[in-house]
Amino acid sequence: MKKTADYVVIGGGVIGCSIAYHLAQKGAKNIALIEKKYLTSGATGRCGAGVRMQFGTETNCLLAKHSVELFENLEEELSYDGSIEFKQGGYLLLAYTEKMVEQFHKNLGIQHQLGIPSSWVTPEEAKEIVPYLNTQGLLGATFCPKDGHCNPFKTTDAYAKAAQKLGVEIMTYTEVTELLAQEGRIKGVRTREGIIETPVVILCAGSYSRDLAATIGIELPITPERHQILVTEPVEKMQEPMVMSFYHGLYCQQVPHGGFVMGLGDPNEPKEYNYNGSWQFLHEMAAKATFILPPLANLRVVRQWAGLYDLTPDRQQILGSVPGCEGFHLAAGFSGHGFMIAPMTGKLMAEHILGEPTSLPIQMFDFSRFERGDLFIEPSVV
Amino acid sequence: MSQKDENDVTILCRCEDITIEEVRSYIQRGITDLEQLKRLLRVGMGPCQGRTCTPLLVNELARATGQEIKRIHLTVFRQPTTPVKLGVLAGGTDHEENS
Repeated sequence: MKKTADYVVIGGGVIGCSIAYHLAQKGAKNIALIEKKYLTSGATGRCGAGVRMQFGTETNCLLAKHSVELFENLEEELSYDGSIEFKQGGYLLLAYTEKMVEQFHKNLGIQHQLGIPSSWVTPEEAKEIVPYLNTQGLLGATFCPKDGHCNPFKTTDAYAKAAQKLGVEIMTYTEVTELLAQEGRIKGVRTREGIIETPVVILCAGSYSRDLAATIGIELPITPERHQILVTEPVEKMQEPMVMSFYHGLYCQQVPHGGFVMGLGDPNEPKEYNYNGSWQFLHEMAAKATFILPPLANLRVVRQWAGLYDLTPDRQQILGSVPGCEGFHLAAGFSGHGFMIAPMTGKLMAEHILGEPTSLPIQMFDFSRFERGDLFIEPSVV
Repeated sequence: MSQKDENDVTILCRCEDITIEEVRSYIQRGITDLEQLKRLLRVGMGPCQGRTCTPLLVNELARATGQEIKRIHLTVFRQPTTPVKLGVLAGGTDHEENS
């Protein structure tokens, strides 16, 4: 095992792998990526893996838009020998209240300024996009045909392989137990296998980032929140876009393999590390999904699982350096929308860490915003 | 017994149509972790949830890595144990319209 590294990335999800790749691609050497279990074993491998540009703030719209452009060419960029299964079948966001209609129109205004091809659709038009959609109670929707879905395992694998080709050492089944800092700067990390000395640590361990930062006395406002998902048996292609309802807190889409992946948020979830599935979720998910998309009642659930959102007070990621601890960088707190912005996040973080000007501003995601009370609210998250 | 044709394949995961040859090529590329094989190849992700293929995979992995079978970590078995229709599950709870 390595004893020293120039950069240590903690976390083998899509964010960590994307950052490691971008660092190496920019010429950084001697990078180690450390993962407690296997790649994608945390939030990445448990997410719905939707990719959308329909956000309500300019920053998130831009992050997502640039990420979609990167996803579109990712296999070539990374010389991946497989497919990341990027399907651009669109996203249909349903509006059930006047307030949502108003918010969606505001969002569309921002999206259109940035060249995102989203549009308002009436319930009738929504039904043309998803013919078996139940339009009861529906006031309208927004649709963006360029949104879509990617295979999270393959995407992470693509980044990891490309990073390895550029010399990044990926250490799986290696748990970091402690960060090491001295006199206001990072010195290394302690793993179960031994210490790795390093002047730069990039922490992207999802919810576990909080526990690791705490080992050097830094309190991150990140809490784990369980979200559950299920997948049905694969069937013939019947639904192009992701159907998403903030009103019901759910999303549902058919992935290229044929199965329907759907999930549901519950704001009353206890904030703890809980990976157990519950039967209550199955019932609630089934009731809501078959109300919105009735024919799905005939599909069989094959599997359910749970993952953790790494939730921040404003449901926005923390990106950048940590004041008072030189060499310590964060990319955590993605609050359920990290996968879809991973390509751009990796690039921006690499730029930031190497002291280059970032392609997009990231200062609104800085760690100090919570202390300043300057929260960055994104209206369109589930 | 006749020689096996080199074009013959053996299905290892019946749900996802994955052959033993594909599994072996992944193992040869260094993917010797059941969790990773599952995620990259979909073995064990089908309706049977690995009831058929997991023992076969474990054998393959043990042989390829020279480990004892009991040292190979299994993946998590997830509910439901048998595929259940969403319509049946939806009927099992109070279902307020548009709630």
